[in-house]
Amino acid sequence: MNRAPPILAVEGLTKSYGGIHAVRGVSFALQAGEILALIGPNGAGKSTCFDMLNGQNRPDSGHVRLLGEDTTGKKPREIWRLGVGRTFQITATFATMTVRENVQVALVSHARKLFNLFGSAPNFDRSEAARLLELVGMGGYADRPCGELAYGDLKRLELAVALANQPKLLLMDEPTAGMAPRERVDLMRLTATIAREKSIGVLFTEHDMDVVFEHADRIIVLNRGNVIAEGSPAEVRGNPQVQAVYLGEGLVYDARHRDGAPA
Amino acid sequence: MAFYVVQFLTGLASAASLFLVASGLSIIFGVTRIVNFAHGAFYMIGAYVAFTLTERLSGAFGFWGGIVMAAIAVALIGVIVEMVLLRRIYHAPELFQLLATFGLTLMVEDIVVLVWGPDDLVGRRAPGFRGAVDFFGQNIPSYDLFLIVLGPVVLGILWLLFQRTRWGVLVRAATQDRDMVAALGVNQKWLFTSVFAVGVFLAALGGALQIPRDAVHHAMDLRIIVEVFVVVVIGGLGSIVGAFVAAVLVSELNAFGILIFPKISIILVFLVMAVVLIVRPWGLFGRPEAAARKTPGLTVNPWRPLTSNERLAALAALAMAATLPLFAGNYALSVGSEIAIFVIFAVSLHFLMSVGGLASFGHAAYFGLGAYGIAFLAKMAGLPMIVCLLLGPLLGCVGAAVFGFFAVQLSGVYFAMLTLAFAQIVWSIAFQWVSVTGGDNGILGVWPSSWAASPSRFYWLSLGVAALVTVALRIAVFSPFGYALRATRDSPLRSEAIGIDAKRIQWTAFVIAGTTAGIGGALFAYLKGSVFPDNLGISLSVDALVMVLLGGVETVSGAVIGAIVYKALNIWLVSQTDLSKLVLGGFIVVIVVVFPKGIVGMLEMLAQRRSKASPPGSPLLAKPIGSAE
Repeated sequence: MNRAPPILAVEGLTKSYGGIHAVRGVSFALQAGEILALIGPNGAGKSTCFDMLNGQNRPDSGHVRLLGEDTTGKKPREIWRLGVGRTFQITATFATMTVRENVQVALVSHARKLFNLFGSAPNFDRSEAARLLELVGMGGYADRPCGELAYGDLKRLELAVALANQPKLLLMDEPTAGMAPRERVDLMRLTATIAREKSIGVLFTEHDMDVVFEHADRIIVLNRGNVIAEGSPAEVRGNPQVQAVYLGEGLVYDARHRDGAPA
Repeated sequence: MAFYVVQFLTGLASAASLFLVASGLSIIFGVTRIVNFAHGAFYMIGAYVAFTLTERLSGAFGFWGGIVMAAIAVALIGVIVEMVLLRRIYHAPELFQLLATFGLTLMVEDIVVLVWGPDDLVGRRAPGFRGAVDFFGQNIPSYDLFLIVLGPVVLGILWLLFQRTRWGVLVRAATQDRDMVAALGVNQKWLFTSVFAVGVFLAALGGALQIPRDAVHHAMDLRIIVEVFVVVVIGGLGSIVGAFVAAVLVSELNAFGILIFPKISIILVFLVMAVVLIVRPWGLFGRPEAAARKTPGLTVNPWRPLTSNERLAALAALAMAATLPLFAGNYALSVGSEIAIFVIFAVSLHFLMSVGGLASFGHAAYFGLGAYGIAFLAKMAGLPMIVCLLLGPLLGCVGAAVFGFFAVQLSGVYFAMLTLAFAQIVWSIAFQWVSVTGGDNGILGVWPSSWAASPSRFYWLSLGVAALVTVALRIAVFSPFGYALRATRDSPLRSEAIGIDAKRIQWTAFVIAGTTAGIGGALFAYLKGSVFPDNLGISLSVDALVMVLLGGVETVSGAVIGAIVYKALNIWLVSQTDLSKLVLGGFIVVIVVVFPKGIVGMLEMLAQRRSKASPPGSPLLAKPIGSAE
């Protein structure tokens, strides 16, 4: 099969803190429109891996290629300019602004108007802001102060902000952490729909196996900084090594579970 | 050679008191995150009380007992202050505690004059240390030798206290993560009170031990507080060892600076501090500040531009202000001009501090640079007033561009301290470079051209510029740039993740604020007809902070109201009473406790409450800060 070059290619990523190898020689690739889950028990190196892709952390060795460009060691803001949206494990939003203004700041930055001193930010591209908020189901909240939103709404707002620069890749670190079960499923369905529609690649880490197995096209399993398995959800579920690592933690996934989740 | 050794020992002796005061400040900051501006005041009270006690009590026991009793008595005052005042405002917006302790300092300055009179008091020599030791023909006071030994002894005692006692372990734990300590069930109230008491005790002891060396006077608080800030920042906030090393370093720099670089002796210390902060932003022995867990929803009132009605109201207020010359005399007009100028100064700091979250402790530097810019242009180049007014503020702009570049590399308290250091450097240059700046005598005879010379015309000029500047900065607040600046303040992580280069944005904001302050300074030079080093001094920087906080740091227009109220009150009090500082300080303290959101913040809250019958948001968010425990 002749595939397009991957939007994200990671080769031999390595990082250690003192004597501890947090990530050792991790390599993988992500195609446009593909949803890839990075899972593993606590301390497996997921977040370290993530921060290196995003530019918050510099790898000791290895390379990250985004859309054909070597981005190893680049700053998060430079990587964002290439078309990468990011959501955080603990939401990072602008608490003193309204929901709409949060999105508008991202739109201002995308339009490279950050140093415009005389325009009106409250009126900046309101239609696009409204469209993005509508997309994540936050249309009715546009004028609410961000500081008084429920946590699940903050997560959805982050998704809207992450989509503001029309990204080709979304990096989502535990997108559903801290949300109610129903909200989790809704948020990931929404993300999956948007990703497939716009052919956006999504890389996410997650502890909730329901979310992972329902939405991931492919799964990479990390343990102690190494990739121990990679493949389709069915392959990963059947992998004995993965089962050993996860024994008693998350692999109680079965059909009943899925039916239990509200649509 | 012997001379240098003696100089070195004198430096070491000075370091002892400095270390005592600095370690106290450092401990208090480490645990409570309060930058205790009143620390210098406690040092001063310690000296005054010790003076009285050692005069009353006789003999060696009377002297040493008096010193210790003075420190204990002042520590008790500290406990009262902590319980009555600070406990109410731990959860207030950052820097509000600074305002409260600044108010206390003002009050103390007047109280000591009331109690002990305005004259310098020379205390007793220490029994047993009256003489001097001969060192190769040079005399060293034996009391200095005592102090040299005392410093390390106190360091050792503090070290034992922190390493070997349960209390010390709690203090160290709270310095690293006070939320975690609270979560573990430690009674924070008493931990904070005891820490404050120990810190104040150290400050008062430092003051008391100075009486055999120096006269006691009512301005010693400001002098020491600046030095102590420098020491604590060089050593690293929260580090006792750092405070010791830095105290020695600073004292030796002072001792030798005057010999080796007499021209720049005052700058030297601040230069070193600036270099340390740039190379090691958390001081020699400090650690990066752990990100504070933010209380969610502290600010639930998003900013919005004025509605058309509010614009009309503002225009009406401006029009009314413009009618002042029709009925007011020359004195009132010059007061009016001064208030307008301080509105410019306050809104410039507000832009940096409220919008950008960058609280500058040295904003007067750019105000003063603007003033000196005018003086140079008008006196030396002889340029006409219009040209001067356009070019003068550029000196503030250049200063802000240079210093701001370094300052924005830091944040929080360290940013504040670096800006303070830069301001002190500029002040020292103005003070010491007599051939250019006239030094303490300033530059006189800077008068406006005839078209602006009459008091009413100058008033209209100041008012017009103030209105223009306020409007321009308001537009900037709601511009894309203003939003980007607020974004860097609200969440550095998120703003970086959406492509915002925070440092460049903040640097730009710094330059804008510095230039604007320079405009204020330029007008001020013409108003006063002269320029002095005080125009870029610390007290002016503090004035600006107070004006912004008083108006409401979380509001868009608070600085304007804050400047008018503070300046008018200040001028009026000085004309009405000899105890203006006492009244003003008390007023500030009351404002902080009763209206923690500032005057405008309080008005906004009232308006909001009236518009909604029920409190806004969830009960958790609407809880008033003053009652939060």
